[in-house]
Amino acid sequence: MTAILSTRGLGRSFAGLRAVNAVDFDLSPGEIRALIGPNGAGKTTFVSMLIGRIAPSEGRIFFDGAEVTALPAHRRVRLGMAYTFQITSVFGRLSLRENVALAARRRLRRGVDAAVEEALARVGLAERAGEVAGDLSYGHQRLLEIAMGLAQAPRLLILDEPTQGLADSEIAAFKALIREISATTAILLIEHNMSVVMELADRVTVLNFGEVLAEGTPAEVQASPAVQAAYLGTEAAG
Amino acid sequence: MRRDYLVHGALLAALLVAHFLLPAYHHGVMARVMVLACFAIGYNVLFGYTGLLSLGHALFFAAGMYGAGMPMHLWGTGPGAAFAMGVLAATLVALVVGALALRTAGVAFMIVTLMFAQAGYLALLLASRWTGGDQGIVIAQAQRQLWSIDLSAEGPRYLAALVLFGVCLIASLALMRSRRGRVLIAIRENEERARLLGYDTFAMKLMAVTLSGTFAGVAGAGYGILFGYVGASFATVQYSIYPLLWVLLGGAGTILGPFLGTLFMYYLVDTASDLTSAYLLVVGVVLILLTLFAPGGIGGELRRRLWRAMP
Repeated sequence: MTAILSTRGLGRSFAGLRAVNAVDFDLSPGEIRALIGPNGAGKTTFVSMLIGRIAPSEGRIFFDGAEVTALPAHRRVRLGMAYTFQITSVFGRLSLRENVALAARRRLRRGVDAAVEEALARVGLAERAGEVAGDLSYGHQRLLEIAMGLAQAPRLLILDEPTQGLADSEIAAFKALIREISATTAILLIEHNMSVVMELADRVTVLNFGEVLAEGTPAEVQASPAVQAAYLGTEAAG
Repeated sequence: MRRDYLVHGALLAALLVAHFLLPAYHHGVMARVMVLACFAIGYNVLFGYTGLLSLGHALFFAAGMYGAGMPMHLWGTGPGAAFAMGVLAATLVALVVGALALRTAGVAFMIVTLMFAQAGYLALLLASRWTGGDQGIVIAQAQRQLWSIDLSAEGPRYLAALVLFGVCLIASLALMRSRRGRVLIAIRENEERARLLGYDTFAMKLMAVTLSGTFAGVAGAGYGILFGYVGASFATVQYSIYPLLWVLLGGAGTILGPFLGTLFMYYLVDTASDLTSAYLLVVGVVLILLTLFAPGGIGGELRRRLWRAMP
């Protein structure tokens, strides 16, 4: 199967510090991929380059067979990439409905209202559509972000630590939601919660010091001595 | 939706009724306020809705004014065509200034727009052969005739001002109700997020600057033609600050705010200067009080207390 997203030799330096170094990465359509690694491993820098928030120092990015390395973020989004922020970034003074409508309106001329209702219902926020987004709890703002991602009907959804701040019950609902979405969308998930990674991901990529340390199924990655040394042994032992 | 248009239509109807009721002095003031409110409406599109603070809007106002006044003065162009030329001139100037100034943001954007406006002001003075320099251009009454209506007479002038204001008011309401208008609000709230929803935020901001310049041009061209004077004083930094104050007072990000602010400020200056020669002090104190106790302006307070969904 040809990859929906690939990188070749992707790297980024910040003032001499190599945050990401020579990453070759391939994501298949329909796949749920987790991206893990210790803090500072370059995960957010890596996905920021994928979506176009920061420019790579070197290397190339391909989406759906075409090179997108030089495209600005909004053009990549139009091609079918969607991104949810690590730090929630909703339109705090607008209603939930308008937040999601802004996400839906770019691709839809008609049926925006229906798409908004559906996206909000899928994350369980339909009842609160009229409320102001800034009044939501942190966890609910994260769900709103996901609803905004869904409303774009992307072919690739990049989620940067989506379960941060969610309660256990919400995490269970989140897992079910991601499985459902993955039927139509490739998902790239930066995640610290190991239970989410192990249960959801088809494959896991481990970044360490900006380089790919290991890649494989959750079980393979978990069994890798290098990964245990770098990451699992210290952070996810419990 | 319908209610929005009803309320704003009601304001226009009230202004039409006022045409028959107002005493001569206030009738004249109101005509001026309505034209200047078009300027404020344009400023509000950029500042109140898109979140971009420009300190150079006098340039767009003056571009409209000179764009209309110079053809009338130099070539004897009629007021209709001259008005169109003024609006076009302001639109083009705004497009060019926007394309350059939008490479910056925040304070830098304020400074760059201010510098463009100052350069424009100095250019007007330097090109005095055509612009009249600091004397400006007086447009003769004989030239201010449109379809044999004397635009310099008080009645037609008021009605022409009302038409300009009505068109600008409804256009701004329609704009902010439209998909594009919603994106402008999204940019004001969180530009990065808007970009990552796939919106070309640079292009949208450029559209906002350009449209804002068009409104300013309507006001500038209208003011020059209706009141018969085109002067460099309208290109000074003072005329970049006025629309900011009008919009802040009236309520940034509300459709009615620009008009309310312009009206309020005009009468505030007028009343205070009747009472004391230190009228600017009075104006200053009122501005400070309003900022402290009604930070959303008059329109913001109306929205908070009376009508939460006010556009």
